Amino acid sequence: MSISTSTPAKLAPKDDDVSSSNEGMLSRRGFFTKLGILFNGLAAAVLAVPIVGFLASSITRGRASGYLSWVPLGSVNEFPEGETRLATFQNPYVMPTDGKTVDTACWVRRIAGDQFQVFAVNCAHLGCPVRWFPQSGLFMCPCHGGAYYRDGSRASGPPERGLFEYPNKVENGLVTIQAGELPTPGAVAFLTGEKPPCVS
Amino acid sequence: MRIMIGKIGKWFDHRLQLAAPIREAVEHPVPRNTASWWYVFGSAALTVFILQLVTGILLALIYVPSAGEAWNSLQALNHDIALGWFIRAMHGWGSNFMVAIVLIHMVQVFLFGAYKFPRELTWILGVFLLLMTLGMAFSGQVLRFDQDAYWGLGIGASIASRVPILGPLIVKLMLGGPIIAGATLSRFFALHVFVIPGLLIGFVALHLLMVIKLGINEWPMPGRIVKRATYEAEYHALTKKDGAPFFPYAIWKDMFFAAFIILAVAACAYYFGPFGPTGKPDPTIIQTVPKPDYFFLWLYALLSLLPPSLETPALLIGPVVVILGLLLLPFLSGEGEKSWKRRPIAVLTVLLIAIILGTFTHLAGFTPWSPHMNAWSGDPVPDRFIHGTTALERQGALVFQVKQCRNCHSLGEVGGQRGPTLDGVAVRLTQDQLIRQVIQGGGNMPAYAKNLSPAETTALVAFLETLHPAGQAPARDASRDVVAGDEKRPGGTQQ
Repeated sequence: MSISTSTPAKLAPKDDDVSSSNEGMLSRRGFFTKLGILFNGLAAAVLAVPIVGFLASSITRGRASGYLSWVPLGSVNEFPEGETRLATFQNPYVMPTDGKTVDTACWVRRIAGDQFQVFAVNCAHLGCPVRWFPQSGLFMCPCHGGAYYRDGSRASGPPERGLFEYPNKVENGLVTIQAGELPTPGAVAFLTGEKPPCVS
Repeated sequence: MRIMIGKIGKWFDHRLQLAAPIREAVEHPVPRNTASWWYVFGSAALTVFILQLVTGILLALIYVPSAGEAWNSLQALNHDIALGWFIRAMHGWGSNFMVAIVLIHMVQVFLFGAYKFPRELTWILGVFLLLMTLGMAFSGQVLRFDQDAYWGLGIGASIASRVPILGPLIVKLMLGGPIIAGATLSRFFALHVFVIPGLLIGFVALHLLMVIKLGINEWPMPGRIVKRATYEAEYHALTKKDGAPFFPYAIWKDMFFAAFIILAVAACAYYFGPFGPTGKPDPTIIQTVPKPDYFFLWLYALLSLLPPSLETPALLIGPVVVILGLLLLPFLSGEGEKSWKRRPIAVLTVLLIAIILGTFTHLAGFTPWSPHMNAWSGDPVPDRFIHGTTALERQGALVFQVKQCRNCHSLGEVGGQRGPTLDGVAVRLTQDQLIRQVIQGGGNMPAYAKNLSPAETTALVAFLETLHPAGQAPARDASRDVVAGDEKRPGGTQQ
């Protein structure tokens, strides 16, 4: 059966057998099947570009224009010297469906004059919100017991580093910070060129 | 009437041709001794899954997957829509039941050796079904968009960010942007409602198909060894000799248990009500203590108890090892003994894992590692610790309270448990050691040198030195007696 190769096109049901035994020769049907697969592959590749582009937009968008920008927190006078106060700001990148989630809190420490430290509320361990206790001069995290000193450095508990700090400057009497991304241990290490925690 | 129905049925079946395969499937012979109450968990998991699909669709009629509106729509479900609270409660309790039943099913399959040849692929699909069930549980917790969900996402992002090099990209992909916001909720909605359930339905179908094609695992007999060469013939001989059709011989137990589970979910929903939502997902409200749902509590405990240096490797490598281990299990022990009576290591492994998960979950119920954020202002020093003390010692008790020591240290079993309880601290540490510990910290305690004046430290240590049981003398540095001559009891004599 498989030897009768003279008219492969007419032996449609056994097309596979025929083309495989007929080495080097490609049947018309087999050719079109392969062409069809190739054509669909091309269509898939064309379709993949917008799909991947769409899915990755949350990454690529940050690369292009950058999510970070300078945000004012309030007048310098709102922050007494030597004290640490909670301030809130609106995240610079907003979508209409974000609701309250774009409002972000941060701890502002005015050391003296125009010298500030602005800390993220997110614990450097796993991101729970830390609270400031002026009496003992400590930030404490309610989740896993991380604690930090008033300058943000690690005091105790599971965090491997101090609190995340926003770059800040005073402009026209306003305390301004560079913000826009959720501070996470990996991301901050990535931005500042720190070693990732798993290497240390 | 009956003839009419029969005719209509025939008309459909002539076109669908489904009656024969369905009859074949439900009447396939099963070994008689598998008609056991031990074999009902798989069908129970399927039952709860269908329940989740139904209640989930009902919730989707009202729920709004928008960061600005989700919380309000949950409130509307709880309070405004007739029986909305009950459907939410059914869905929430259904998810707890589903995770539990899937785990019990898995343990049963493991202990009965049902993963062995030729049912390896059934087990592997089962492992994926477990992972998807957990994925549904986590994404469902996110859809209950409250404070726990918001900060839980932050924890997820912090864990994901630790992946070397790719971490920050994964975080943005997971959050759908730079922060936890509208896009985050929307993509978890897509996962919870479309992607994972779609995969679940497909995997459940394949899982069931293989159960029917390969036959249900026979009741394991000690000494009946599985061999690749002979097993299938032996199994067929068994179902021929001692088999019975699944329907109606075995199915009635599945049906009873399925109905029981549905009623149990409904009873829990009725008595305990829906889960949350807790506070509004407003990131500026930081007075919150986020906690994961029940089935992730063990992970919460593990993350607090691991040494910091081990945390990232354990988080990133641990799951890979566990999942790979589960996937490879049927290939590592695909033959041999099935009965748990002859597999002590298997039984001990299950017990060990159950005890570990149980212990961690229990610990996470009262979180001894977390400071009690309000203990300093809410839990006064019990009277008996101040009774008959000097003015300096009372001043020390005040310092003890005001400087938030109570947040981590308990007195009279009240207060935080992050640090050691201080009821008998004077027996353990001498005056010098107490001063050093307060000033320099150490052993997971912050240093207080910058936050205590010398006078405050003196008072505090004087108070701490009164903390010893009535009949037991405080610890003393013997060398000091030699140097200072016959000094009175220490405390208050330092500047």
